[in-house]
Amino acid sequence: MALTRDDVLHIARLARIALDEAEVERFRAQLSGILDHFQALAAVDTEGIEPTAHPLPLANVMREDAVQPSLPRDEVLANAPLAEDGYFRVRAVLE
Amino acid sequence: MSELWRLTAHEAHEGLRRREFTSVELTESVLERVAQVEPTVNAYITLTAELALEQAKEADAKLAAGAATPLTGIPVGVKDLIVTKGVRTTAGSKMLENFIPPYDSHVYENLRRAGAVMIGKCNMDEFAMGSSTEHSAYGPTRNPWNPALVPGGSSGGSAAAVAAGECLVSLGSDTGGSIRQPAALCGQVGLDPTYGRVSRYGIIAFGSSLDQVGPIGRDVEDVATMLNCIGGHDPRDSTTNPEPMPDLRHYLGRDIRGMRIGVPKEYFISGMEPGVAARIEEALGVLASLGAVIDRDVSLPSTEHALAVYYIIAPSEASANLARYDGVKYGFSDRSAPSMWENMEQTRAKGFGNEVKRRIMLGTYALSAGYYDAYYLKAQKVRTLISREFAEAFARYDVLVTPTSPTVAFPIGAKVDDPFAMYLNDIYTLPASVAGLPAISVPCGFSDGLPVGMQIIGNFFDEGRILQVAHAYEQASGFKNQLAPLAAG
Repeated sequence: MALTRDDVLHIARLARIALDEAEVERFRAQLSGILDHFQALAAVDTEGIEPTAHPLPLANVMREDAVQPSLPRDEVLANAPLAEDGYFRVRAVLE
Repeated sequence: MSELWRLTAHEAHEGLRRREFTSVELTESVLERVAQVEPTVNAYITLTAELALEQAKEADAKLAAGAATPLTGIPVGVKDLIVTKGVRTTAGSKMLENFIPPYDSHVYENLRRAGAVMIGKCNMDEFAMGSSTEHSAYGPTRNPWNPALVPGGSSGGSAAAVAAGECLVSLGSDTGGSIRQPAALCGQVGLDPTYGRVSRYGIIAFGSSLDQVGPIGRDVEDVATMLNCIGGHDPRDSTTNPEPMPDLRHYLGRDIRGMRIGVPKEYFISGMEPGVAARIEEALGVLASLGAVIDRDVSLPSTEHALAVYYIIAPSEASANLARYDGVKYGFSDRSAPSMWENMEQTRAKGFGNEVKRRIMLGTYALSAGYYDAYYLKAQKVRTLISREFAEAFARYDVLVTPTSPTVAFPIGAKVDDPFAMYLNDIYTLPASVAGLPAISVPCGFSDGLPVGMQIIGNFFDEGRILQVAHAYEQASGFKNQLAPLAAG
């Protein structure tokens, strides 16, 4: 499965990771190589087999929709790179 | 009292109970050992010596009041993706270099309640992605048996700390082998519990349908004691089993006469070192001599696909889980560019290491439009086949026995530039992970002077049975309490 340079740039954009030129080429080669090893899966007969998302036969677990204490806002915001008036602060989203 | 750091947790518990020494003395002995060997081993990202001595004092008070548990006053190491309130938790990443968690994980809460003493936060591959602990932003951990070699990974710091005497027992986490493989390569006992046995509340997420926390110790009894402490239902993780967990120590010291042990042939493949194969054969001989019925005519044909299934599903889940590192809420943030999106892309470019970027990209690709069916959905279907084959095997066998890793510890740097060669380290541990089954690695001798591990896989929530087999084997073989012959540096 040979990925192109454009494939790598597309994936990096979806993943929101900036890559330099050397990384684009390195990841292109490495990811292509890894995907080659995955090709054997295509030959496995999975006709009528249900996918497994989760190893346990657990159904939805319900609880009372009751208000519970949450973490103190100040302690949570203490880890924020930028906070103001009790909110996270980011740069303008709209240009 | 000299060299108390050499004791197992249960030996230390006896000594504490009989007032032969205090937890403060025990903790000081471990901290001295840490000071001697840590420059060589690098098992810890953050040492918490002050906190440890405080906790040791509290433990001594508990012991004096007769309110001790088997872990009261016992020095432990905690993998650095287990969040600890007020103690920096990095997950081995530059992304979380300054992250001080505002809450405790379930497992650390339980350790604290039991009166354990935390020596520090153990080194690991970044976000638990790796099999050698070389992918840590805080430098590699070195194998205490030979510092030129890797300790395995991703819980390499947790395994090396136990092997080097830098704690008595530790917690690691296992997604595809990250407890069992380093335990094997460092000559220790490591248990990956059933998915759903231990709460993931406060565990920095990697692959959410695979991640489990579990113990590493110098013998089977210590591992059972640790799982007794951390396992059980937690309403804050709705995937935990609501059934009460049995007392796992109850399974120790029971014979294994008539126990049905299956040995799947797919685990004995080319690429396994002859020294590893020989030790497993000898171990099977010991199990047979104890009265277990060994059946070599077992086939789990989908085993060969577990590697592809795992390395599609785990990175896919990781790509979603690690989307939270955006430089906004916590963690590293690059704000050099004028727009939010550029800030995010630069934050992730500079905050993540190579292996993490590789896996996020691999997972993003497997989940992306046009490739989802061919990769992610296909992998989930083959996952079903792997689980079914295990289910059929457990209708006939009590446990399955395999090697833990195809090789002994390898040199630092040998595989770090070849991602697929690194992934191959996990071929024997991945299938049980994919199926969510519990599995333990126990030491079973040496090859070229380096430890070899045997894996015992059990049925869902049957940790008791694998501990029973592991303990019987350990008692008969004598492979336990294997401190690495590491000179003080």
